[in-house]
Amino acid sequence: MFSSRIWSLLADSFWKILLPGLTATIPLTVISFSLAMVIAVCVAMVQFANVKVLKQLCRFYIWIFRGTPLLVQLFVVFYGFPKLGILMEPFPAAVLVFSLNEGAYSAETIRAALEAVPVGQLEAGYCVGLNYLQIMRRIILPQAMRTAFPPLSNSLIAMVKDTSLAANITVTEMFMATQRIVARTHEPLLLYIEVGLIYLLFSTVLTKLQSWGEKKLNAHRRKAG
Amino acid sequence: MLSVRNIQKSFGALEVLKGIDLKVEQGDVVAILGPSGSGKTTLLRCMNFLETADGGELIFDGETYAFGRVHKRDIAKIRQKTAFVFQNYNLFLNKTALQNVTEGLIIGRKMPKAQAMEIGKKALAKVGLADRVDFYPDQLSGGQQQRVAIARAVATDPEIIYFDEPTSALDPELTGEVLSVMRDLAREGMTMLVVTHEMGFARTVSNKVILMEDGKIIEQGSSEDFFEHPKEERTRAFLRLTQGGIPEEISK
Repeated sequence: MFSSRIWSLLADSFWKILLPGLTATIPLTVISFSLAMVIAVCVAMVQFANVKVLKQLCRFYIWIFRGTPLLVQLFVVFYGFPKLGILMEPFPAAVLVFSLNEGAYSAETIRAALEAVPVGQLEAGYCVGLNYLQIMRRIILPQAMRTAFPPLSNSLIAMVKDTSLAANITVTEMFMATQRIVARTHEPLLLYIEVGLIYLLFSTVLTKLQSWGEKKLNAHRRKAG
Repeated sequence: MLSVRNIQKSFGALEVLKGIDLKVEQGDVVAILGPSGSGKTTLLRCMNFLETADGGELIFDGETYAFGRVHKRDIAKIRQKTAFVFQNYNLFLNKTALQNVTEGLIIGRKMPKAQAMEIGKKALAKVGLADRVDFYPDQLSGGQQQRVAIARAVATDPEIIYFDEPTSALDPELTGEVLSVMRDLAREGMTMLVVTHEMGFARTVSNKVILMEDGKIIEQGSSEDFFEHPKEERTRAFLRLTQGGIPEEISK
């Protein structure tokens, strides 16, 4: 009797939680992470190439977004900005904050990876008649992205889970959907474990994708030892 | 065809090049010899602007450029007509052997892809790597990598190729395969400036030899004069030491 009630509760809620996962959590993650990558590559390249003034701006941006809590950033944008006349829907506000926040962290990952590419690659590029941007785009960046791939996969998995913070600015994603069901059914233990397992499922898929991606990227790299 | 006048370079307080003059004619194979730290590599790197020399002039194809004040555009122009082979190959690690060779043609010189591929395959066949076109650098031996690097240099049809100790990272067997490729190039009339420790190569392949020490040229001349009738005492000592001879002080 006990178990049949639990099973039906879990089964009923499963789709109600998974659906916002597919319509909110995943789109929020995919869009934010893609934008974050664009920001991160630009910010990392500006620093790597030592562009004056812009470099200082990039350091400032990283300083702010790494130095303050993600939740505070969400609140400032969603609840604070309307005071300045900037009113945003919950979803775009979340995309803005997640991409800027992740961009700051990933910029450092990519900068480290750029600096790990031997300087001889740049010199060889010049000597065969390429210019700086061509060398960056075709030689250095592809090698750096291969180095950065595992830590960036880390960040992606972290972001999937961090999107639950968007519930605080009224984005109806998986966690908020769960909270609503808990309010109705008073089964916090079961339902919060259930949503946790769905996050785990998402992360597991990403982990598999990561090892598949690494294999692809390293196909022609000689193994150590 | 190419000459350098009074080139100077310091790294901080360390004076690496103390005013060097040299001249290369078309078809010359010039070997630059000298002990480690004598400035040979720096000289070569300055000539291709990988380092910025502090003073002096480069005369190339009838035009004079003052080191340290050369416009980026001119550097790019000069580099289009020269090629550089590095001690540690510096092949593009994310490109296959063929892509390494064609990159400078397709991207740097806007050559049609099909034409570049044809030139690239020919260049690789010439260095004996026709069966390795699709291999990545990590899948090749050191000697093979250096031969790809030479193919990459040759494919751009340069007026001169700079070699910076091309065999120093290789064991004797692999050194042989790289030197024989360089010997073939010399026979075809390629102009080459080679920093090397290979005395055999300097003696038999190059037609001019320069001995450097401490940022200066000790002696330069035809390779026959240099090896058979060295003028400077320092040159004689260098030859004794490097040609398998045991230094007098020890043999006594």
